Amino acid sequence: MPEHTTTSGPPPREASKLTRRQRQAAKIIDATSIGWKLILFKIVVLGLLCATAVYAALVLFMNERWFVGSLVVVGGAALTWIYLQRGALPAKYLAPGLVFLLIFQIFVVLYSGYVAFTNYGTGHNSTKDHAIHAIMLQTQDRVPDSPTYQVSVLEESGELLASEELYFAVVTADGEALIGADEEPLEPAEGAVVEDGRVTSVDGYNVLPFAELLNRQQEVTDLVVPISEDPNDGYLRTQDGQRAYQYTSRYVYDEAADTMTNTETGEVYRDTGEGAFVSEAGEQLMPGWQINVGFDNFIRAVTEDSIRGPLIYVTLWTFAFAFLSVATTFILGLFLAMVFNDQRMKSRKYYRLVMILPYAFPGFLSALVWAGMMNQEFGFINNVLFGGASIPWLTDPWLAKLSILIVNLWLGFPYMFLVCTGALQAIPEELSEAAQVDGAKAFQAFRSIKLPLLLTAIAPLLISSFAFNFNNFNLVYMLTGGGPRDVSAGVNVGSTDILISMVYKVAFVGSQADYGLASAFSILIFIIVGTISVIAFRKTKSFEELN
Amino acid sequence: MSQRSATYDAKLLRRPFRRWWRETGWRHLVGVGVVVFSVFPLIYVFSASLNPGGTLITANNLFSNFSFDSYVELFNRPQQPYAAWFLNTLFIGLTAAAGSVLLGALAAYAFSRMRFTGRRFGLITLVLVQMFPQLLAMVAIFLLMLGIGEVFPAIGLNSQIGLIMVYLGGALGVNTYLMYGFFNTVPTSIDEAARIDGAGHARIFFTIILPLVSPILAVVALLSLVGTLSEFVIASVLLRDPERQTLAVGLYQFISQETSQNWSIFAAGAVLAAIIPVALFLVLQRYIVSGLVAGSVK
Repeated sequence: MPEHTTTSGPPPREASKLTRRQRQAAKIIDATSIGWKLILFKIVVLGLLCATAVYAALVLFMNERWFVGSLVVVGGAALTWIYLQRGALPAKYLAPGLVFLLIFQIFVVLYSGYVAFTNYGTGHNSTKDHAIHAIMLQTQDRVPDSPTYQVSVLEESGELLASEELYFAVVTADGEALIGADEEPLEPAEGAVVEDGRVTSVDGYNVLPFAELLNRQQEVTDLVVPISEDPNDGYLRTQDGQRAYQYTSRYVYDEAADTMTNTETGEVYRDTGEGAFVSEAGEQLMPGWQINVGFDNFIRAVTEDSIRGPLIYVTLWTFAFAFLSVATTFILGLFLAMVFNDQRMKSRKYYRLVMILPYAFPGFLSALVWAGMMNQEFGFINNVLFGGASIPWLTDPWLAKLSILIVNLWLGFPYMFLVCTGALQAIPEELSEAAQVDGAKAFQAFRSIKLPLLLTAIAPLLISSFAFNFNNFNLVYMLTGGGPRDVSAGVNVGSTDILISMVYKVAFVGSQADYGLASAFSILIFIIVGTISVIAFRKTKSFEELN
Repeated sequence: MSQRSATYDAKLLRRPFRRWWRETGWRHLVGVGVVVFSVFPLIYVFSASLNPGGTLITANNLFSNFSFDSYVELFNRPQQPYAAWFLNTLFIGLTAAAGSVLLGALAAYAFSRMRFTGRRFGLITLVLVQMFPQLLAMVAIFLLMLGIGEVFPAIGLNSQIGLIMVYLGGALGVNTYLMYGFFNTVPTSIDEAARIDGAGHARIFFTIILPLVSPILAVVALLSLVGTLSEFVIASVLLRDPERQTLAVGLYQFISQETSQNWSIFAAGAVLAAIIPVALFLVLQRYIVSGLVAGSVK
């Protein structure tokens, strides 16, 4: 078997090159080498996987998420198929990681792309039906002289698939029992037992006992059940879990004209395609709903002055910050590597041990500690090192930038020192000796022999370091919070914000979240980082080594 | 070796001061400067933690007090459940690290030992994916977990399992390439010998290859643990209850709520949080440096 004895080259399991007998032999080897424990393990794991997939799919189908449910079924089936067949060895080893990679890295990137084209955010985070429902819920009054309903509060019985959701069951004037829940209008209850004008049991549901009612009082009083499919008919609400009343909204929704009318003022709000009902005067009725806005977010980012200005500023600073971070840490790291890369020097080991400490200390804590030391009024640096000066390290736009670079130098130089030391030691000493014999000065020998070799060796690391600092969220956010804030900007940014911290602030900080705009910024970062890395890797020819 | 260095040292000792200064003396001066720069913030935070009731301003008198009361106080604050944060961080960090190592090693084994269609494409993709940290897609991750939470609350928003799953999504991209390089240094003849002796692929992987590559497994596990420990963005977006949060999220909120008032307690929390990663770094120093040179960034 010549293929089996070669040390490099293709591994032995390449079916096309083996004879039938060799394949048979390989099968026997495989079959005999797998112990029963392994088979049992495989059966148990696959069984659990299938059970989870079936359960997840069932729940999804019950919630009417047909597409995602089908994906779960297809995915589960594909995994089972991969592990049940013989062969497909690479797939068996890659599948576990790939599942997570596909969902939480690849899919979320595509999903960011989708969200960037919507108006998703505060006041626009659901469908139009939900928005209508929510508007109607906000401004409700009890209908004068409306009947009182004897209400029973129920929850689904059964253990496995039961939700926590609460239901109302009521009896109509003609004795019919109805059941409904949040966003599920009243409908005839099957198998309902009525006693004294009150529902006492329904198939598949448990009536909440009094103690439980008290326990979940908040949930019960918050529950609002639509009387019918038409939201204008109003809703049932209860204060005590015993009697329910009919409430209607101040707003009336006209389905044919697709308008909302305020019955008190007579103001008419129309759906103008902006994802909200808008009055003649331009007043929006909140909440709105999520719509596709095409390139609006991107257009806003480049045309609205209050966004464009900060965006350009932040982008430039992000580049400057990433570049200067790599440059300063690399220069200091290389300098120290050269200083300590001398056989004659003693106790280098101890220096190195201490120098690794800033790198070992968790980064977010370092930034918080430095933020304390750089505090203008109370910080150690102003009070002790500068004898009580009041230097605005973190609150002046330019000094804050300098502070960020200083702290990043502290955080990052040990890494550069370690990799430069490693790279320097890998360069044979004979090279510089030969150059010196030929008459080159020490510095000249270093510059034209060692430095180029060193740079080729660590260029990929410098690129990764650039990419890392490009998104060095923790440092910026923990040290200055992106501030000092630029008050003239239309979005919440400051003069040390980098792109990624801007995304975070637009999406998650403050009361107004704008997921659409934040995602549009994310896409921008993706494009920048992608372009840089492809160019950089092509230049350093890293791709060519892959095989 | 030791003999040689002993004679070498003897030679050094005989050097006149000026020559010693020119050759190595100034290097020690640089060294002392760097040491001061490196450890001074750490000494500052340690001193602040030993000064109970201390604020930012009193922390400036280094080692004016020596008491561990802040460490005790740290565990008695119902508003800021430090013990819970600590355990959460350990749980999330260890689980994510173990998962990352397993997923990464499986994939690296496939790329290193098998030849299949799409292999080169897969490797290039991994190198590229490395450049895009998950936090870029934080909005989408948040919305995805919000959606999952509506149907499966146990793994959606505000769930630690959900957070671990998100971290595992980044595992393949960050670790596989590093491991792949190391797997390639193990000669294939070892696999073949085992195969001839009758071992199947699973046995070769678990009992032969994994022990041989354990240094890189340690490096990846450590970097992944430290990475999760410091991870703020996704954890802060996904975990809402103070009881479920991690150290990074909790301590940040602690400091932003009380800025300079409880500086000593914060310092104690910082020191405790840093002990594990710093100790691991120092113990595994040798392995880490080799891993760094092979191309990983913290």
